[in-house]
Amino acid sequence: MLRIGKLPIALFAGFIIIFPWVAGKVPAIGNYTDIMVFVGIYCLITIGLGLLMGYAGQISVGHAAFYGIGAYVSAILTTRYGLNPWFCMFIAVLVTGTIAFLVGAPSLKLKGHYLAMATLAFGIIVFIIFNEEIQWTGGPDGMADIPGLSIFGFELDSIEKYFYLVWGFVFVILIFTINVIQSDAGRALRAIHTSEAAANSMGVNVSKFKVLVFVYSAILASLAGSLYAHYLNFINPSTFDLFFSIKLLIMIALGGMYNIWGAIIGAGIITFLSYEWLHYFEEFEVIVYGAILLVVTIFLPNGLVGLPGMLKELFVRQKSNE
Amino acid sequence: METITLTGQIFQYLVTGITVGSVYAMVAVGFNIIYNVTEIINFAQGEFVMLGGLIMVFLHVAVGLPLILAFPATVALVTLVGVLLDRLAINPIRRPTVLSLIIATIAASILIKGTAMFIWGKDPFDLPAFSGRDPITVLGAVIQPQYFWVIGFLVLIVIVLTFFFERTIIGKAMSACADNPDAASLVGIDVKRMVLLSFALSAAIGAVAGITMTPIALMEYDRGAMLAIKGFGAAVLGGLGSFPGAVIGGLILGVIESLGAGLISSGYKDAFALIVLLFVLFFKPSGIFGNIEISKIKRF
Repeated sequence: MLRIGKLPIALFAGFIIIFPWVAGKVPAIGNYTDIMVFVGIYCLITIGLGLLMGYAGQISVGHAAFYGIGAYVSAILTTRYGLNPWFCMFIAVLVTGTIAFLVGAPSLKLKGHYLAMATLAFGIIVFIIFNEEIQWTGGPDGMADIPGLSIFGFELDSIEKYFYLVWGFVFVILIFTINVIQSDAGRALRAIHTSEAAANSMGVNVSKFKVLVFVYSAILASLAGSLYAHYLNFINPSTFDLFFSIKLLIMIALGGMYNIWGAIIGAGIITFLSYEWLHYFEEFEVIVYGAILLVVTIFLPNGLVGLPGMLKELFVRQKSNE
Repeated sequence: METITLTGQIFQYLVTGITVGSVYAMVAVGFNIIYNVTEIINFAQGEFVMLGGLIMVFLHVAVGLPLILAFPATVALVTLVGVLLDRLAINPIRRPTVLSLIIATIAASILIKGTAMFIWGKDPFDLPAFSGRDPITVLGAVIQPQYFWVIGFLVLIVIVLTFFFERTIIGKAMSACADNPDAASLVGIDVKRMVLLSFALSAAIGAVAGITMTPIALMEYDRGAMLAIKGFGAAVLGGLGSFPGAVIGGLILGVIESLGAGLISSGYKDAFALIVLLFVLFFKPSGIFGNIEISKIKRF
């Protein structure tokens, strides 16, 4: 958690760069490039949300709403007003950031569960709005014909091209976030998680930092939402329901909330579970998710990333007992 | 046919609102019992209500047990779920933090919801009303006899709980855990058992809410989350931890929702209570009867 070296990032980047090529060669995993686009989109959200949970010690059960606002702002502005998608993405970020500030600032002054409940209520309200404001959002039927993205006239017209775009975003955000964690701000955040009172007395403006992280995580969710809308060319409200917010929590808890790699590993595993490996369970997959979340919370409080450390500790204790 | 006057209509919304509000009040009381003893917000609170309704349908309609037997049997089964929730999800967490406790109850709630979908499927179920469905008309408002059962059980729960917390030794021990768990365990109170008891009690109350509301509103597997968040809204509006607050908060929330859905927009029915919740959190998080000084010394 303290120092994140350049080597893992470089190795991970190498893995991502060759991934579509390998997946293209092996028919059994031919559709994995498509799934990896979603992994990348979810990574954008979990990196921010993981920062909020692991570093600022706060929980949000409403990030599906920020993800949805990003997607809908992009969809509405591009299909109804024909504006440039990149410009719309920027507007979506501004809108989401402002809303996140308005929701987060008052509840982050309070302790513990209040942000969880406020974001839960907010998420459900936004979900109802997506369903009810039919003249804007198309209601439960959703919105179709959302244009794809292009860079300098170069159309992103294949899964592979989107793959590199989305993962490009992920790496920029990853490196930026790691730099934040390793700066003074990151130290302040960790201090908040350890003890708010101590952080406060050391001159850290606790609630300002918490609001900043919350807004940052909402902005990343908005960005992910815009990318999702342009990738699928279609959105409807059910993507942005309460269960998606909970799925994000599961990703972070499973991967490990005290380490930025946890957010990425968790997003990867849960996305592959829901797109590929849990088909057999159909809608009963919710039981599997509940079980995963409970087992991780009880037995793996640091997530999969914390597993090696836990095993090592166990091993050392065994040794000293002998 | 009589024309429906506006006053008659508003009276109708008030009656419906108070009935729905009684359900929210029962959920809020359940939140408070667990919160007072453990300072945990139990996100699975709404699942107790859902289970109460569906288990009652199973015992009363499918098995055919008479009401007088099915009712206590349902409450007992849901209470058992509450006990299991504490034993399997809350108790095993070795170093509990507010984050891990919230996540554990969220995990439990989706597990319970998924299991309920597995058992009962996705369709809503009806339950016969306790004393028929012949409505009474008062001042132009149609009142179902079941409304009286819902409101009556809320009153009963309030009376029994007041007696329990103020007159019995176990009730007082539970209140002591709420004030200071360390001091409580020093004077010989088994805090872990009190936590277990609080989950059992709160599950039982949730079950009563579910059983009494099902003849009016039906019940299906995914109602829990919405009932939980509205019940929490009621608890916060009244002041988290306060029992009179939970009742008043529940009733106010029910009436606001009923009036909002009737007079403003039925599509936004579920949003009104949540908007009230957000406003209370933002502007007066201590609620009507809450005490901000007390909430500051709470651990979470």
